[in-house]
Amino acid sequence: MTVRVLAFARLRELMAAEISLDVGAGSSVGDAWAALMREYPALSDFAETTRIARNGRLVTATEVLSAGDELALLPPVGGG
Amino acid sequence: MLRISRAPIDPGSFAEASDDGAGASVTFLGTVRAHGDDGRAVAGLAYEAYEPMAVAEFERIAAEARERFGARQVAIVHRVGDVAVGDIAVAVVATAEHRAAAFDACRYAIDEVKRRAPIWKCERYADGKAAWKANSLG
Repeated sequence: MTVRVLAFARLRELMAAEISLDVGAGSSVGDAWAALMREYPALSDFAETTRIARNGRLVTATEVLSAGDELALLPPVGGG
Repeated sequence: MLRISRAPIDPGSFAEASDDGAGASVTFLGTVRAHGDDGRAVAGLAYEAYEPMAVAEFERIAAEARERFGARQVAIVHRVGDVAVGDIAVAVVATAEHRAAAFDACRYAIDEVKRRAPIWKCERYADGKAAWKANSLG
């Protein structure tokens, strides 16, 4: 199944603003992140600081994905 | 008014944040400084946002500011894109019956925007280099 991945700021520069990612049925958020790190090894430096939102809500790595989900990779924020 | 703006922020455009029941209106304008925290000369900032989540966070923050401090109206507008030195990056307006609540609500809202909203800032330096800057927590 396919999920949409959005990346912002430094993470966007390391991969792309938006990609489609194929993951196996039953994959978790953590599985998707692991797949992204395989494709974009530079992301691994940011594993500790990146938070992930699924369909606009912050989630933990164990959350299971559904086809068509939007995952957003969020570095530490810097607004204001 | 809770939104992300690609256009310059007009601080005079918050009239709707006022109402006849408000005796106080506090406005915070965050502007772009000509130097970074480390003293480097800054030519400008570039902001980007995860817009739907940022606006949802603005809505939660505004609701919290109304509940906690009794604010009547809370407006939050944040720029994205290139913002020049001296320009407004973020505006927060809070109204309340009396000034203490308006000050408290405005302070709370800008602090929480900086802490929670999915918005990112890239400092562009006079020497052509650039760096993403995260806010300090706490």
